Amino acid sequence: MLLAFILRRIFWLIPVVVAVTTITFFLMHRAPGGPWDREKPVAAATLKALDQKFGLDKPVWVNIEEVRARWQAGQRNPIRLLGAFLDSQYFRYLWGLVRLDLGPSYRSKGTESVQSILWRKFPPTAKVGVVATVFAVMVGVPLGVLGALKQNSWIDYVSLTVATLGVSVPSFIIGVLVIIFLSQVFGVKPIRQPEEWRGFSTAYLAPGIVLGLGTMSYLTRLTRSSMLEVIRQDYVRTARAKGLSEFQVVTRHMLRNALIAVITVLGPAVAALVTGSFIIETIFNVPGMGREYVVAIAARDYSMIMGTTLMYALFVALANLWVDVMYGFLDPRIRV
Amino acid sequence: MAATAATTPVLDRDLLLQRPPRSLWSDAWRRFRKNRLALLGLAYIAFLAVIALAAPLVAPHNPVQSDVQHAGVVRQAAWIRDPNPMRTGSWEYPLGTDSVGRDVFSRLVYGTRVSLVVGFVPMIFTVSIGMLIGLLAGYAGGRVDNLLMRFTDVVYAFPDLLLFIIMQVAFQDAWIGKLLNGLVLLFITLSLVSWVTVARLVRGEVLAVKQKEFVEAARAIGASSFSLLFRHIVPNTLGPIIVVAAYIVPGAIISEAILSYLGIGIRPSVRLDAPFPTSWGSMILEGSKAWESQPWMLIAPTLAVASITLAFTFVGDGLRDAFDPRQAER
Repeated sequence: MLLAFILRRIFWLIPVVVAVTTITFFLMHRAPGGPWDREKPVAAATLKALDQKFGLDKPVWVNIEEVRARWQAGQRNPIRLLGAFLDSQYFRYLWGLVRLDLGPSYRSKGTESVQSILWRKFPPTAKVGVVATVFAVMVGVPLGVLGALKQNSWIDYVSLTVATLGVSVPSFIIGVLVIIFLSQVFGVKPIRQPEEWRGFSTAYLAPGIVLGLGTMSYLTRLTRSSMLEVIRQDYVRTARAKGLSEFQVVTRHMLRNALIAVITVLGPAVAALVTGSFIIETIFNVPGMGREYVVAIAARDYSMIMGTTLMYALFVALANLWVDVMYGFLDPRIRV
Repeated sequence: MAATAATTPVLDRDLLLQRPPRSLWSDAWRRFRKNRLALLGLAYIAFLAVIALAAPLVAPHNPVQSDVQHAGVVRQAAWIRDPNPMRTGSWEYPLGTDSVGRDVFSRLVYGTRVSLVVGFVPMIFTVSIGMLIGLLAGYAGGRVDNLLMRFTDVVYAFPDLLLFIIMQVAFQDAWIGKLLNGLVLLFITLSLVSWVTVARLVRGEVLAVKQKEFVEAARAIGASSFSLLFRHIVPNTLGPIIVVAAYIVPGAIISEAILSYLGIGIRPSVRLDAPFPTSWGSMILEGSKAWESQPWMLIAPTLAVASITLAFTFVGDGLRDAFDPRQAER
């Protein structure tokens, strides 16, 4: 039952990924300028060779010319004709995607593929993401629980104020303010040099926490409200009546139920982390995927933009999938 | 017969309304008024709207013209003292000047225009599109509903900001990206995704309201589909839509700031009479290039964005509590 549910969810990923790819592909091909545009004009022969090497001489959507040519040459095998029909840039890209091949990065003049750049730039991004997630969960959930248990106390007001600020003020604004504050007031430089990002350095703390603030606030608000809902339930009273310690009542009976609601929103929260990460990386100069994306945007490196967009979109879709599965796992009523 | 006639005035007296009934709107307004933060947010937004409209009167200098000869290359914020007379702060330039000698305060004032316009125009677009699709899906049902909802699912799965970015990259250098300093393209881009939320909401409301007795009664007395939709169903969905719309506005403002910060939002204008010369996001981009030597260039637009999003969140929370009291009790 659960397996069927998971499989159905995974299956639903396919049309989403295809649709996202198609939209991205279409938009990127609407963009003016070619992939090999440089300040100095490149020789026509070189351009032709480059186009041929990367299949950019093929038609964009479907290759009707090839089909017509083969038909006239007397070929009638429908599978081969279909193969010729699909020999276009779009279907080549889709097929590349299946093999996790995102094509050459135009900015590197085809010397490095998009996936190898992404792979190289992935670790810093992952580290910032891990710091952000850990911070958001480890601070957000306890703050929400405390706020609910001591409703209308000063802890409650402090956590609500922080949460409201964190939810409404975007993380890149907070990031900028944190940088100015740290450097002007404390003389700390939160923007580090490239070599300082190796391994698990303290450099990751500031961008990670800033990135996690929004999610933390969201979790605080949500944990608080779902705890308040649970606090007056009969089964909590029963648990108290049968003499459980307060700690056990809170952890076993209240938290466990309150967290179901929290886990459902982790999907959108992770999505926010993912899309927020490239702004934060740019602000803090983290040498990760996100900053690479922003650089690619400025340089109009279309294949890089496309590849990164798809990676991010896929990641968000997977996060949503994970949440759905967790939710189905935790709450049997959902599995229908 | 006589008995009925005798009891009617008594019944009338007992059941007569003691005061005129309160409409949904006056009821909501009554609850909204009690929320001090929401009122504060509303007042701040009204204040910004006045500033935006009266920008030429409020701004002490032209936001595009460089004052290098008079102001020096970098004039600091007014309260910062500097031994160099060409750098020390003066109230002529309350927030200092930027790297090319333009008055930061005047640019900030003009930036208000972009933020408000970019918040409200896409909101109107998204609410209209979302309502149309939601009504169509909810009212027609069946295959139309299925098709439209699958479509919204796909759009929903696409991370907003990524779609905005590739839209801007693809069309910014085309003719459409140059209309009104790129504002037209921004309107389109920012309307692409949020309608999904509205559409889902409206569809849900329509499905719920469709089953109610008053709709059945209206249909029984021969109301047309059109009047059924717009006299009976739409008014009942307005409350939640207003709440969602209030949250769409700050979302669009933030997205514009991010896009402009990435250099793919609004195009900073060099024309002296441009109505929308710059945006807060562009100012953050300019400021972040010189943040160590001229931090005020960065602080001013950052605080402006932070305060406007806070104001809109307060108003949104207030509206949510006003229109959905059940939610507010939590």
